[in-house]
Amino acid sequence: MSLLKLSHVSAFYGPSQALFDVHLNLAEGEVLALMGRNGMGKSTTVKVICRMLKHRGGQVVFDRNDLGAMRPHQAARAGIGLVPEGRRCFPNLTVRENLIAAARPGAWDLETVGKLFPRLSERHDQKAALLSGGEQQMLAIGRALMTNPRLLILDEATEGLAPVIRQEIWQAVARLKAETGLSIIVIDKSIRELAGVADSAVILEKGRSVWNGAFGDLTHDVTDKYLGV
Amino acid sequence: MQRETLINIIVLALLVLFPLWAWQADEPFMITLATRAVILALAGVGLNLALGLGGMVSFGHAVFFGVGGYAMGILASHAQSYEPIFEWPFLFEGSKFMPLIWLVAILSSGLAALAIGALSLRTSGVYFIMITLAFGQMFFYFTISWPAYGGEDGLSVYVRNGFPGLNTLDPIQFYGICLAILAIVLFAMSRLARSSFGLALSAARQNEERVQAVGIGVFRLRLMAFTISGAITGLAGALFADLNRFVSPVMFSWQTSGEIMIFVILGGVGRLYGPVIGAVLFIVLEHELGGLSEYWHIYLGALLLGVVLFARGGLIGVLAGREVAHD
Repeated sequence: MSLLKLSHVSAFYGPSQALFDVHLNLAEGEVLALMGRNGMGKSTTVKVICRMLKHRGGQVVFDRNDLGAMRPHQAARAGIGLVPEGRRCFPNLTVRENLIAAARPGAWDLETVGKLFPRLSERHDQKAALLSGGEQQMLAIGRALMTNPRLLILDEATEGLAPVIRQEIWQAVARLKAETGLSIIVIDKSIRELAGVADSAVILEKGRSVWNGAFGDLTHDVTDKYLGV
Repeated sequence: MQRETLINIIVLALLVLFPLWAWQADEPFMITLATRAVILALAGVGLNLALGLGGMVSFGHAVFFGVGGYAMGILASHAQSYEPIFEWPFLFEGSKFMPLIWLVAILSSGLAALAIGALSLRTSGVYFIMITLAFGQMFFYFTISWPAYGGEDGLSVYVRNGFPGLNTLDPIQFYGICLAILAIVLFAMSRLARSSFGLALSAARQNEERVQAVGIGVFRLRLMAFTISGAITGLAGALFADLNRFVSPVMFSWQTSGEIMIFVILGGVGRLYGPVIGAVLFIVLEHELGGLSEYWHIYLGALLLGVVLFARGGLIGVLAGREVAHD
């Protein structure tokens, strides 16, 4: 069953059109890789899904509800959890405070997040500003999980992190997929790592979705043409 | 124990011990000064919730201070004259019963904050400052042209309001009431800052968009905080009016808003006891420097400049470091 569906979506930043015709279909429990080179509209698509940017054309449907009239906090309450690009934890709050500030009832709580990221449990009383980049990324994922979402969006979740930490993040994503059945949209440049978790992929080119399909069907020609790899 | 917690305990102990000393030494004026400091501290605690925790730079908190003051003045003056405040749709008579006056002050100032916040929180930055200032001036000029309650001359209340079991005309007993209220509000604020509401408010100050992304409506959150903040400042206004047994439009003036903001900044914005330390310092300076020159505000301005430039955590930041503690 489709959890999230974007049809013919267009969006603008002021007078500048950023998205022209984006299609995306995400099933319940599926992991989708949203791919494309820099500036092709990946983060803009995420902003539209999270309602930080209103689309002008097309339709965005989440769990059979049209997101068109929703505000960002209403979309989040409807079950969309975002791990934003650049992490952006609340620097003056401790790890525990970052987590409970956003908490809503459900399976994810301090204990279950602590099991997924034991490093966070060890640093509960530490200010987020004093965490390493990898720990901040874990905190950003934990904070999104504490809202008990049905859809988790990871925007450049491993960018700028050390290889060991990246591995830890990817393992966590794989665990989320295997153990919780959470629907996930992942934006990342590492095709090799994405191949380990993604069921399907959408490639954006100049604000348009130019390729949709099962991740396993991605050919070298396609990645070479649209991603330059 | 954190250094800030220790400083907070010392400040609280001094607030208990200093008036007791003044009482023993038969210095009622000192008790009145301490009462003034405690009441202003309460007003500052109210502003600190909006300014320190919520990042809302309100330049109109004098409105709530004044509404609380006039709530007391109107209730008490009607009790004095035995004339009801209104008879329709129900009979509402004046009162000299402090708990009822406090309740009316809290409700009326909270309602004013809800209405002003609902309009002004749709803006931010300098526009928010200007709108809150404009509301303050509106109330100021309204009370000046309100002859039923004294207009520009203000309104005198001849006898202090009563509290069951206490002689409120005794300075030390009235001080005890004010200090107890301040202590209760400080305790509530420390709990609120650690609650998910307080954490979300603090998070919204740091990154509004991110807070929305985790499902929290920032407007409603800030409006609730602004309303609570206004209600606390309104309670302080009622106590201040009771202390002076006089209310006037000056309570609504922009200078009052500025003074509350100044001692919150002096003490430490966002620090639980920042407004308390700031208010005490403000009263000490007013008393000591005011005796030397009527232009003592020049020295206060220089001190404020020094704090803003070199000690951004305020006096408590200098003493305890810039890290914010919630207790």
